Amino acid sequence: MQESAQQKATIPFWRDERILNILGQVAFIIGLLFVGSLIYQNMKAGLARQGITLTYSFLNGISGFDISETLFTYSRTSSYWQAYQVGLLNTLSVSIVGVVASTAFGVILGVARLSTNFLINRLAAFYLELIRNLSLLVFLIFWYLGVFLKLPRVREAVVWPGNIFLTNRGVGIPWGLPTDSYPTFRLILIVGLVLAVVVFFVLRSYSRRTGRAPLTTLWTFLTVLSVALIGWFVLPEKPLAFDAPVIEGLNMTGGKVLSPEFMALTSGLVLYTSAFIGEVVRSGILSVSKGQVEASRALGLNGFQTLRLIVFPQALRVIIPPLTSQYLNLIKNSSLAIAVGYPDLFYVSNTIQNQTGRAVEMISMVMLTYLLFSLITSVFMNWYNQRIKLVER
Amino acid sequence: MRKTLWIVSVFLITGLVLAACGGAAPAPGGGETVTVVETVIVEVPAAAAVAAPAGYGVTLETVKARGNLICGVNSQVPGFGYIDADGNFSGIDVDYCRALAAAIFGDVSKVEFRPVTAAERFTALQSGEIDVLSRNTTWSLVRDTELGGNFVHTTFYDGQGMMVPADSGITSLQDLAGGTVCVQTGTTTELNLADVMASLGVSYTPAVFEDADSTFAAYAEERCDAVTTDKSGLVSRRTVLSDPSAHVILDVTMSKEPLGPMVRHGDDQWFDIAQWTVFAMIAGEEFGITSANVDDVRSGTTSPEVMRLLGLESDMGLKLGLDNDWGYNILKLVGNYEEVYNRSLGPDTPTYIPRGLNSLYTEGGLLYAPPVR
Repeated sequence: MQESAQQKATIPFWRDERILNILGQVAFIIGLLFVGSLIYQNMKAGLARQGITLTYSFLNGISGFDISETLFTYSRTSSYWQAYQVGLLNTLSVSIVGVVASTAFGVILGVARLSTNFLINRLAAFYLELIRNLSLLVFLIFWYLGVFLKLPRVREAVVWPGNIFLTNRGVGIPWGLPTDSYPTFRLILIVGLVLAVVVFFVLRSYSRRTGRAPLTTLWTFLTVLSVALIGWFVLPEKPLAFDAPVIEGLNMTGGKVLSPEFMALTSGLVLYTSAFIGEVVRSGILSVSKGQVEASRALGLNGFQTLRLIVFPQALRVIIPPLTSQYLNLIKNSSLAIAVGYPDLFYVSNTIQNQTGRAVEMISMVMLTYLLFSLITSVFMNWYNQRIKLVER
Repeated sequence: MRKTLWIVSVFLITGLVLAACGGAAPAPGGGETVTVVETVIVEVPAAAAVAAPAGYGVTLETVKARGNLICGVNSQVPGFGYIDADGNFSGIDVDYCRALAAAIFGDVSKVEFRPVTAAERFTALQSGEIDVLSRNTTWSLVRDTELGGNFVHTTFYDGQGMMVPADSGITSLQDLAGGTVCVQTGTTTELNLADVMASLGVSYTPAVFEDADSTFAAYAEERCDAVTTDKSGLVSRRTVLSDPSAHVILDVTMSKEPLGPMVRHGDDQWFDIAQWTVFAMIAGEEFGITSANVDDVRSGTTSPEVMRLLGLESDMGLKLGLDNDWGYNILKLVGNYEEVYNRSLGPDTPTYIPRGLNSLYTEGGLLYAPPVR
């Protein structure tokens, strides 16, 4: 007690920096809450003046409109909430396809940009500079109006080898229809996955024990693939019957038709984002000091081994954080789907908002959903980053 | 001891702020607390200004104080709301805005046209960004209630139609089975299409676009087998397709589409002004008053109702909160309904649409203005 009394005598609390800091924070939070509640109250008052109350119950109402692309059965009698889910899943599918494809293409671009082959290097540099300086919206509209809508009319469809139909109603590709043996095949696939996990752990412990570096990812992947192939050919009936698209009446039927809207949006997003990812990969690789490569070569590792075992693991530490931002950008940029008529989350929400007039409710839902997408992505990427970062002692 | 002090101060400040929020007595001075309370005091009047209650007559006051009318219009449908290459607006929806400006200011130039898309129009009206929405908007129950708007009066009776390429061989909606239909989002059209196709049992794929330009651009690229919107819109958009004669409008009417201006809920005076502007134009046609002869009529008329409309007798304009020559200004500066119609949709225009339902009730149409008395 005497000690604290002494402290109090030396620093009065209104001059204690630590207390002042905390007080400042508290004041800030209170101010923030206050301004927030003012805005909210103002909005509520404004809506009340027009006889509108905030409620989400309209989501149970019948939507009344059709959506061109749905991943589950949806019709005009479905609810607004189901329409919202249609948009959500469409955004998810574009995002997943986009993230995977732009990562693959971006890594190739990044490595190409550093290639010692003059032509590859210059071409990659030209591509990166061109794309990175474009506006994404313009780019998407170019892909939609300038490329996919300019494909031949349905009646003059161009057929590529493998029954790929190119028309301005979409790109038709053969698609598998499950047959009777499909459930068995699914079991075989699960067995394959289990085996792959076993292979992964065996190879990893082998690598730790002996210090050798087997191609763990490759072998794991090959395990799944070979089990799947064996299952495919051993089963009496093929698990999937290939259904090729045909021109019938006004449209293509059968197979899988990728709409021009989807194609334009994904190609635009992938080609755009991969340019940025290319630069991220390049900077990551360049960040690994030259000494590391020289040391690795001196130890007798060849070029591929050096890249795989020495350069990439170190580059990843630099690559992951900016890569996360690029993924987030891609997911958020997918809302530009509205420009090419692809029914993504934002688009469908816009339609709902128009048909119901529930602007505040819909915008709040869209904002929360994108926030959730972004948080999940960055939590995952941060976890991954944590795992691969340099262990400091 | 120190920790206790912190906690006490935190509670103290929270309490003070809450008290201030509740409009309590001025906070006692001393230390940091004063700063916090000051922030609050600054915020309160700002919020009060924002939350000023709207109601009877506020819109007119706002418009007069601002010195011009802000009118939400279409900019992509020739004959209704269209912005030409020189940046001039034309069309009957646009002329309605001019008539409203004439009624309020006696000056058709005191109107600012703000192009709004189908998707953003209601939010623009609700939020007060525009004073009136005059953009081929269909009168429907939901829009009249939940959207917080009031439909003034129908200025164009329309129905939804379907346009297909002439060489497609499609003559009925059933022929569209398995096909794709281009449609604009946020419209009653989108809902009617789903309704009609469902009741016919015809399966189709919608291709939905954000505005009229992209909808018709996709149709022009044959992204879809047909395009649907109000018949007037089809007629009007056909004129801007590369070969108008290569497209036919099917002989089907899929819905009733009464199109007219819309104002916000809660300002009855503004609603009256908007409504009587339409009636003045219809009455003008009924009485044979045009922008050319309005001065002669004004000096020579003996009809009491015409005198009331033109502000010679009684004080009809004052009852609306306007000048007494509001009706005269509308007819003089913009013209009667027929003039407005013919200017945009008459036989001499590329967007010619026969009057049909949009004739006076005396000629078998639906246009009918209540008595000016």
